[in-house]
Amino acid sequence: MTATSAPEAQARPKRRPGDIVFGGLSTASAFSILLILAGVAIFLISEAVPVFGADPAEITGGEGFLSYVWPLVFGTLVASLVAMAVATPVAVGIALFVSHYAPTRVGTAVGFVIDLLAAVPSVVFGMWGFQVFAPKLVPLFIWLQEHLGFLPFFESASRTGRTLFTASLVLAVMILPIITAVSREVFLQTPTLHEEAALALGATKWEMIRTAVLPFGKPGVIGGTMLGLGRALGETMAVAIILSPGVFTWNLIDSGNTTVPAEIALNFPEAAGLRLSELIAAGLVLFGITLAVNLGARAIVNRRAEFSGAN
Amino acid sequence: MSKRIDVKNLDIFYGAFHAVKSVSMTIEPRSVTAFIGPSGCGKSTVLRTLNRMHEVIPGAYVTGEVLMDEKNLYAKDTDPVDVRRQVGMVFQRPNPFPTMSIRENVLAGVRLNSSKLSKSASDELVEQSLQGANLWSEVKDRLDRPGSGLSGGQQQRLCIARAIAVQPEVILMDEPCSALDPISTLAIEDLINELKSEYTVVIVTHNMQQAARVSDRTGFFNLEATGMPGELVEMDETAKIFSNPSKPATEDYISGRFG
Ligand SMILES: Nc1ncnc2c1ncn2[C@@H]1O[C@H](COP(=O)(O)OP(=O)(O)OP(=O)(O)O)[C@@H](O)[C@H]1O
Ligand SMILES: [Mg+2]
Repeated sequence: MTATSAPEAQARPKRRPGDIVFGGLSTASAFSILLILAGVAIFLISEAVPVFGADPAEITGGEGFLSYVWPLVFGTLVASLVAMAVATPVAVGIALFVSHYAPTRVGTAVGFVIDLLAAVPSVVFGMWGFQVFAPKLVPLFIWLQEHLGFLPFFESASRTGRTLFTASLVLAVMILPIITAVSREVFLQTPTLHEEAALALGATKWEMIRTAVLPFGKPGVIGGTMLGLGRALGETMAVAIILSPGVFTWNLIDSGNTTVPAEIALNFPEAAGLRLSELIAAGLVLFGITLAVNLGARAIVNRRAEFSGAN
Repeated sequence: MSKRIDVKNLDIFYGAFHAVKSVSMTIEPRSVTAFIGPSGCGKSTVLRTLNRMHEVIPGAYVTGEVLMDEKNLYAKDTDPVDVRRQVGMVFQRPNPFPTMSIRENVLAGVRLNSSKLSKSASDELVEQSLQGANLWSEVKDRLDRPGSGLSGGQQQRLCIARAIAVQPEVILMDEPCSALDPISTLAIEDLINELKSEYTVVIVTHNMQQAARVSDRTGFFNLEATGMPGELVEMDETAKIFSNPSKPATEDYISGRFG
């Protein structure tokens, strides 16, 4: 501030203690995240290594690690993708209702209820799915078998309802709040300028939403969907409780199949030695899939970044 | 392709706030009408009632009549969507759809209104509309680039192209040059001059030279005091308003002896 300050002092702006402390803290936080991630990766890889050197006959199933793990991966992916496919349209619908159709007070109330849904612990969803939801689905499964039984997915119907399909639907309910919340936020941020541009061209409300709101919100919706997918891929308790696990089958409405997290959770307590390594290796595969999903999502979001409206 | 607008005893409200008081005026077809007046007197508000965009704001409503070739835009059986298809609008800030290319922006309105356009028909419409907005030569090689990548002045002309692509009867412009540099402003003013051979044009402007340059008729809006509703003080031939207005308030405003 004073006019007499030396030239060097001008070249090097004064470092204030506050800046140094907070700069240091935030840098340290950023690095600690990297450290933790690296630590987890190293743990998974080093513990999983014995599996890859082992005699295929010693692996569960007796045919090597790949044959052991792919049905688990299949179950995980099917359950998560079905959950995502069911949850996303519903979530986008709710988000549009809340942001553009409902009167403000109703919208806030609905948004609050959805947020409450996010606060339900997954064990509770698991118990509800097991006790209440699964039996209710049995008639639907029987109907599917009768009418679409020629498809491999609906070959025979479970009488308990504890199927991969049930688990998928419960997962869909579980990921609904996050997708809804993210979509609602981006829909609300649509610039009035663009909404009015569409209306002034003679768009109906739905056309306005299609021309201005949805394209603007698309990257956000994809982001929210991927967050949901990430949660569904890793979800353990609900699936472990609901699903009556078994070997691989195309049939989704009878017992059978399982997911990586459920397999790990159900077997980890008694596992030791090579079996433990197997489970950890399965965890490593899941880690890889989740990573790929997130990178893929980022790529989709960035691909049309120059059309995103962020500029 | 262009229509006369008769406004009769129009009162405009934002909820409980009475924004504009009993406006009556006639807007001639194939001419440019300018609205001038101090900030907050309700020029934008009146303009937005001419295509029923006013009621988009929650709680906003009007009483009175706006007749377009004898048909009341505020009649019970008039669909605001139809009104807006006939009365296009260009906003103060250029607002091309950011998720669309230049080409898609031009076609946005047509896509809403009509059944499928053939590729050649839409190519033709894109060229014709961009020509009409004096933008064709600048963008013809990058029609698939995002509209938001253009300069502000080009974006505004893109918005004009988008508005004329649906072949409206009337074009409303709310301070279309206020975010632009003098050269872009000149380009838009030239364009407005050309547009009036086909359309009824209404423009809001704070720039009195601009009103004098582009308009045939000018309406002066004013408010007696803040919090009071705005009103139309007088409307006349532009030359008369700027040389020999009949109301002293107009005289004060245009000679800068205002407030
Ligand atoms: N969305 C709104 N809600 C409530 N009141 C509004 C709204 N928009 C404008 N008003 C009020 O209506 C009156 C007229 O506003 P308007 O925007 O029409 O003025 P204007 O003449 O266009 O001003 P400017 O030259 O600054 O653009 C002002 O008192 C303004 O505060
Ligand atoms: Mg205004």
